Amino acid sequence: MTDAAAPAPRRRPLALRHPSAVVFLALLALFTVGVTLLAEGMGTGAISTSFVKTLGKTLCLCLVALAMDLVWGYCGILSLGHMAFFGIGGYAIGMWLMYARTEIIVVQSLAAQPLPPTPDEIADGIAGQIFGVVGASEFPPIWAFAHSLPLQLAAVVLVPGLLALVFGWLAFRSRVTGVYLSILTQAMTLALALYLFQNDSGLRGNNGLSGLQNLPGLDHVPQATVSLWFFWASAAALALGYLLCLRVVSGKFGSVIRAIRDDEARVRFLGYPVETYKLVVFTLTAVIAGIAGALYYPQAGIVNPAEIAPIASIYLAVWVAIGGRGRLYGAVIGAAAVSLLSTWFTGGQAPDLHLFGVTLRWVDWWTVLLGLSFVAVTLLAPKGLGGLVDLIAARRPPERHGADLGPDQGALREREADR
Amino acid sequence: MLRLIGPLCALALALAATVQTAAAQDADAPIQRLLQEHGAAIEKSARRSIGPAIDALAESGLADARAALEAWRSKEMWRAADGGLFVRAEEVDRDTLRLFDLAGGAALGEAPDDGFVQIKPNSGIRGMIAAALVRFQLTDPEAAVRATALDAIERDPEAAHLTALRTALAVESDPALAMRAGRLERLLTVRFAADPAERIAAIEGFAGDLGVDLRAALTPLTATAQEAAAALPAGADVARRLTPGDRDLSAADAYGLLVARGLAPAPVPAEARRTALIDHIADGAVGGVRLAALSDQGARDLAYAALAAEGRVPPAPTEAEIAARLAAHVFWERFTGAPPEVARAALAVLDGIEAKLAVNRAADLALDAVSLASIYFLAAIGLAITFGVMGVINMAHGEFIMMGAYTGFVVQQAVPDYTLSLVLAIPAAFAVTFLAGVALERLVIRWLYRRPLETLLATFGVSIALQQLAKNIFGTQARPLTAPGWLDGALVVNDVVAISYIRIAIFVLAAVFLALFLAVMTRTRLGLEVRAVTQNPRMAASMGIDPDRINMLTFGLGSGIAGIAGVAIGLYAKVTSEMGADYIVQSFMTVVVGGVGSIWGTLLGASLVGGLQKVIEVLNPSNTLAAQTYMILFVILFIQVRPRGLIALKGRAAEA
Repeated sequence: MTDAAAPAPRRRPLALRHPSAVVFLALLALFTVGVTLLAEGMGTGAISTSFVKTLGKTLCLCLVALAMDLVWGYCGILSLGHMAFFGIGGYAIGMWLMYARTEIIVVQSLAAQPLPPTPDEIADGIAGQIFGVVGASEFPPIWAFAHSLPLQLAAVVLVPGLLALVFGWLAFRSRVTGVYLSILTQAMTLALALYLFQNDSGLRGNNGLSGLQNLPGLDHVPQATVSLWFFWASAAALALGYLLCLRVVSGKFGSVIRAIRDDEARVRFLGYPVETYKLVVFTLTAVIAGIAGALYYPQAGIVNPAEIAPIASIYLAVWVAIGGRGRLYGAVIGAAAVSLLSTWFTGGQAPDLHLFGVTLRWVDWWTVLLGLSFVAVTLLAPKGLGGLVDLIAARRPPERHGADLGPDQGALREREADR
Repeated sequence: MLRLIGPLCALALALAATVQTAAAQDADAPIQRLLQEHGAAIEKSARRSIGPAIDALAESGLADARAALEAWRSKEMWRAADGGLFVRAEEVDRDTLRLFDLAGGAALGEAPDDGFVQIKPNSGIRGMIAAALVRFQLTDPEAAVRATALDAIERDPEAAHLTALRTALAVESDPALAMRAGRLERLLTVRFAADPAERIAAIEGFAGDLGVDLRAALTPLTATAQEAAAALPAGADVARRLTPGDRDLSAADAYGLLVARGLAPAPVPAEARRTALIDHIADGAVGGVRLAALSDQGARDLAYAALAAEGRVPPAPTEAEIAARLAAHVFWERFTGAPPEVARAALAVLDGIEAKLAVNRAADLALDAVSLASIYFLAAIGLAITFGVMGVINMAHGEFIMMGAYTGFVVQQAVPDYTLSLVLAIPAAFAVTFLAGVALERLVIRWLYRRPLETLLATFGVSIALQQLAKNIFGTQARPLTAPGWLDGALVVNDVVAISYIRIAIFVLAAVFLALFLAVMTRTRLGLEVRAVTQNPRMAASMGIDPDRINMLTFGLGSGIAGIAGVAIGLYAKVTSEMGADYIVQSFMTVVVGGVGSIWGTLLGASLVGGLQKVIEVLNPSNTLAAQTYMILFVILFIQVRPRGLIALKGRAAEA
């Protein structure tokens, strides 16, 4: 983030400036190695394949939570649309997975026939297999690139990015801010989900795309191994995403977006193009969300429009708020803790609670508890779980050379300016 | 065995057997002769062959024919096994019959049922008999019977009814029935009259009529069939010329028509050609083309052409040949439902009706839109109040709507009378959600006035918790909230324009709330204070108004109205734990489009959102999901033009 022409003599390495990042990356590496050694795919079998998948999915959720923290915790845009970008990423990779796998099956079944198949026959066969459930037998135009992995991988990045760019440009240029913007992003998410729910949307309506856990051409590889591959990929993506977000928030760019969060009008008066900064952050985080989704859904095996519904994005905000906004590891802690706890409580493994002669089943009451704890965190502990780190580390207050840099709570501080 | 003997033989036997039948039954009465003439058919009672017998009876003009038909229909007609005479008989007990003469109806005494066979028409034949009886019922002295006969004709009109109807119309005394019979007579004239001029006159007499029955009568007259020939035959009645490839005649259908008329060789379907190729594989090649090369459609066509040239498969017309044949022929539609001039008159009248229908449909659509707008208004008004006055967005608003609906459901469980329970449910729902709103304001929102985004989040949490709580208490299945009987049905203006009473009631409820709200805001002390706090809370506080108290009351009021909206919505939709979530986004759209904090803005927003949604649904009727998608897209674009809504407010809300 520094200009090459203006060297920063006092600048220390990124790792030293952010010891939390070093700790985080070390823990992540330790965790990855530990899970790998204990996983079924390595022969030990202490961790089942389905739990490896759950952990891998959790890492993807941590990545999208990082994106949410960047756009909300740092830039102050409470977006309720990032799970939509996440879902779009899943759909983009799911289209290729489904197409390629079906193509192999169709070609195999047609090869048994006396005449070699024509390209049209193969295409019709694939379309019949994929769209039979919605009563169609032809490829919609949206599937034009589904045969090509590179193009669909590009779509994972480009479609959420372009959607965020267009939507953000429309929203920011008309100065839609605060709660209005939140509601508008929620409306966008709802519109997308409703569109995908239709059978003639070209993406199999509410059936969604399924069978994504089977990699085309790799049927001989056991799921235990595939799950580890995705686990590693998710861990690597999280690490890279963390470093990217760290870089974005630690330089001058980071200072400007934090300033936008705290007082947008003041930053505008100082001459910064506020809309451009917001648009860059919004688009960048949408792309990160899309990549996270593309890693998540092959592990989940199925993507359908219900995954895009506004409530998913609201839960994303809940994770980040509980974990602690405005600090990257907070988002990761929140997403990991809440989503793993949710899996545990709603999975029916948690023991029932016996209170005053009434039995409370966690499957029913977990969501109530989650909602109420969310209210409590918002009211009583705005720093979230990440705030605990402050207590534990008992960090000394930042050195301010005798004067505050910012007048208000949350304004630019010495350690944030970092010069 | 008797069934096998012909009617004449039966007659002879009957003459011989009269002595044995106890009473003096007149075997020579005209009705008995007629029955004997169709005796075998009647006894067999097969639907396929019974028509002439029923017609003969109905058209005989005999005084006794009606009684005989009615006896037959009600399974009271019996035939003597011995002699074959028909009688009407009532069963006295299991073994004994009380006999009546079909001619004149005189009692003939009782007899054991061993000597008689009951005629048992099945339901199909009973229907045919009933249709034949209609003509007698049309002149029945009882008005109710005549009305039933008209119903029967309306249900299932026949050509034969026309004369009967005309006769009956001449003597009809009841004016209402005469009107119905007159309309029916004209409809039957349109469909069945022999003289085309008469039909055309009747059709033109109906111009501008919107009745569904008329459209049902006219539409079959305009039926057409597609024709093809090398050239248009002289004097052909052409309803319309067709060009292959049109919307109404695809190229494939046009070629099929040529094949059906024997004007072109049948095409060989792709599947059949493929099978033929497979059948003629020899030495790894077909028709001189190697198998491996056949993964291309062009190569397959070549191979097939080669086989056809050898005469081993039927020749298949190529694309070019098909196109040439299509170009060499003319295609047109001819009328099949009626003579051309009648069909054209019907088309002209139908066109006129269509234009009038469009106007009426627009009116119906407007009514629909108004009722939808009323619902959105009711759902959004509470949200608009809290946002406008306090600058606070309450995401749990939808759950307050749900809470109100469930309150209505609980009240209805306790009070079984639907009218009374509705009267009780409205204040109960208001009270419950008012208290819930006040509690939410005191416990959560009060602490977050300076942080609007966090209010949004905290109320999300409340919304998630309340929704799950409702699921835990009431279960996931939908609960009904039954409307009282006097709200059933619909106000029918004509066959197109109709609106259900529940929707009218919701509209009235919305209007009442608008009036009430305006009255409270402009005529009461509370309203004055609320407006003062809205415009400038600090100034209001220095004037002795307690903004804390006003905020609490306003929030309670907004929530209470959401509860009442919940009752109203529950009346026409099912009550589920997710119903709030269904309305929250629409409510936000309404508030955002209308502009926050203004009741008129909310009203405008609701009208715009509701009206637009209906219009989109009409343009794309198959898909309400798509309608909602487009609606949301519209709202996103609308914000570009008017970011603060239709009616923007000044004051604290404008700064939020």
